Amino acid sequence: MFDLALFVIFPYVALVLEIAVSFYRYFNGSYKFSSLSSEFLEGRELFWGSQPWHYGILFVLVGHVVGFLFPKEVLLFNEVPVRRLILEVTALTFGLMALVGLLVLIRRRFTNDRVWAVTAKMDLFVLFLLLIQTFSGIYIAVQYRWGSSWYASALVPYLRSLFVLKPNLEYIAPMPWVVKLHIANAYCLIAVLPFTRLVHFLVLPVSYVWRSWQVVIWNWDRKKIRKV
Amino acid sequence: MDVRSQISILFHLDKCIGCHTCSIACKNLWTDRKGAEYMWWNNVETKPGTGFPHRWENQEDYKGGWVKEGNSIDLKGAGKFRGLKNIFHNPNLPIIDDYYEPWTYKYEDLFTAPEGNDQPVAQPISQITGKPIEIKSGPNWDDDLGGSPLYARKDPNLEKLNAQEQEDLFKVEKLVMMYLPRICNHCLNPSCVASCPSGAIYKRGEDGIVLINQEKCRGWRMCVTGCPYKKVFYNWSTGKSEKCLLCYPRIEAGEIPACMHSCVGRIRYLGVLLYDADKMKDVVHLDEDQLVEAQRDMILDPRDPKVIYEARKNGIHDSVIESAQKSPVYRFVKEWKMGLPLHPEYRTLPMLFYVPPLLPILGKMNLDVYDTSCADYFSTIEKARLPVKYLASLFTAGNEGMVREVLKKMMAVRIYRRSETVGDIQGADMALKEAGLTRAVAEDIYTLTALATLEDRFVIPPSHREEALAMEGMELVKPGDLGFGFRDRPERM
Ligand code: HEM
Ligand code: SF4
Ligand code: SF4
Repeated sequence: MFDLALFVIFPYVALVLEIAVSFYRYFNGSYKFSSLSSEFLEGRELFWGSQPWHYGILFVLVGHVVGFLFPKEVLLFNEVPVRRLILEVTALTFGLMALVGLLVLIRRRFTNDRVWAVTAKMDLFVLFLLLIQTFSGIYIAVQYRWGSSWYASALVPYLRSLFVLKPNLEYIAPMPWVVKLHIANAYCLIAVLPFTRLVHFLVLPVSYVWRSWQVVIWNWDRKKIRKV
Repeated sequence: MDVRSQISILFHLDKCIGCHTCSIACKNLWTDRKGAEYMWWNNVETKPGTGFPHRWENQEDYKGGWVKEGNSIDLKGAGKFRGLKNIFHNPNLPIIDDYYEPWTYKYEDLFTAPEGNDQPVAQPISQITGKPIEIKSGPNWDDDLGGSPLYARKDPNLEKLNAQEQEDLFKVEKLVMMYLPRICNHCLNPSCVASCPSGAIYKRGEDGIVLINQEKCRGWRMCVTGCPYKKVFYNWSTGKSEKCLLCYPRIEAGEIPACMHSCVGRIRYLGVLLYDADKMKDVVHLDEDQLVEAQRDMILDPRDPKVIYEARKNGIHDSVIESAQKSPVYRFVKEWKMGLPLHPEYRTLPMLFYVPPLLPILGKMNLDVYDTSCADYFSTIEKARLPVKYLASLFTAGNEGMVREVLKKMMAVRIYRRSETVGDIQGADMALKEAGLTRAVAEDIYTLTALATLEDRFVIPPSHREEALAMEGMELVKPGDLGFGFRDRPERM
């Protein structure tokens, strides 16, 4: 029953919240759709926090997505032990990088008066959830070896079952509690995402890459006027 | 030809008295808010000096503006690759200590302090943390410190002078300083716009004012790095960048921007310039000493029928063209070639121009006495206490001839007027000829410099907002409506 609430109902609630609220907030004045940078108030410590955190977490996050999309390929790749070892060590390194960065970020929030002045309650809550998430992730990686393989074979089917609206709890039940915590906490993060600074990664400014350097906004339709 | 209109500005530095009225007018109107306390969209610097933020002209540290790369240009410290690579942490971002930490005083203590032997004092407290602070720096911290080792000596422009010239600047009898009021230059090739990953900064097509859309700004802060003049400021409370908006709500209502309206020295002029945007791509990558001339070439004669025809074809309203014909900035910059842009080598094509200062008129000491003989009454430019080389470093990317030309004109006008009004000085016609002026032109320069009324100094084009509103289907928005604005408060959960 508990599993049902946590691993079937909750993910749907979280996902609906995330999508609906994000869209609502984005299209109804996206003034607060950012991460409220505090680099202007403190720059040096942020470097040692933000850089390892972001590179670490983005690599690991992409890894999760790749495993979700191509479980068979990942398993095939892992059939050669050396490749599996390299994959796991790389992933763990990035995970540790993220953890170190996160700890620096948390320390910075609490010890720098200026940064504390721009810290909202939700910021602390997010950092707390992220700490649980990163820490449990690393614990799992160390404790239950070859996560890349068993994630692809035992967890991806569960996640996929959610996506095709035929939730299958079979895979979840035998999982150790840390793994369950990791999964449930991820849903928590998805649920609070649209209410917090985490929205910033939904607005990654990719269009900058192909945009022209200058932006000019006209009062009038230039093409139409030129034709007349 | 792609004719565009740009509201441009001219500051006549010979007239600036360094009173900071302009800064205060701006502060009261726009930046008297949480997170904006440290911002001075308009500031007045003492030169030689370090400026605001500290040594902003040193682009080796701040990495602002564009750099030439072959037949093209690239952003120095931001840009598509560099900006996205540094998005988690921008190594080229100035931090609050490069400006100053804003503070107020605990005035309450004056009333609530218990009785004692000493006068109670109001302790300074930080406006960021609310805690007591030791004040290390503040607005205009180097005000009037023209000869100080702490500030004047650290002026990045001094690097262009040789050791002797530098020493001369710091001899007690020869100390010299000038004022440099600065606002956003509303550049033609703004590097703030180019460095914004979100595309939140834009130039208005109709008048060239550069603005930041506060809803679209995501606080990536690349613009703060991008602007070489450090005229984009990061609001640490709202998490958005802000900048001088040339008082566009006032301009749209036909009113004069606050800093200019309040200017005590009447040094400020504002008017429309028409320019050819097609030429831009050929101008921005020229060698440094050609930039001023080339930028001037982009400015078009608003009376030329061909220009008028092309302007109309581009949708520029007749009333704006008319306004361009009366523009005082056009006269100073294009007709008389007296207006120079600040640090053209940053390649943003700034549209705020400066007439360099001629003062102090009394030249170097001649055997312990000032040379006040009549024949040489105004001294000569070569003997000017502020070396031409220094001015060239500010206004022409090192082209001394150009500065000399302007100073010569100012000097000639001076000699001509002295001979007209006092009559104790000879050679006015010689001086005018040497400066390439006629009596009529000298008279015009004199009039617009010294006698100009408010209407002469500020020729504000009609903004035709009705067209903009019509385009957005908002014809019904009119004065007296409830208006629009922030729907969200800056505070976060
Ligand atoms: C995808 C691209 C991402 C970009 C471009 C990005 C960018 C940024 C930036 C610019 C900041 C502000 C740093 C400052 O104070 O100046 C920031 C902060 C932060 N980001 Fe990201 N981020 C991304 C992804 C993520 C992801 C995936 C997460 C978490 C799952 C995340 C979590 C955070 C957190 C918690 C902070 C606050 C750090 C603090 O306490 O100061 N970011 N990010
Ligand atoms: S001076 Fe103004 S327009 Fe030019 S780059 Fe700086 S902020 Fe942008
Ligand atoms: S108000 Fe005018 S005279 Fe006074 S400092 Fe400002 S620009 Fe100079």
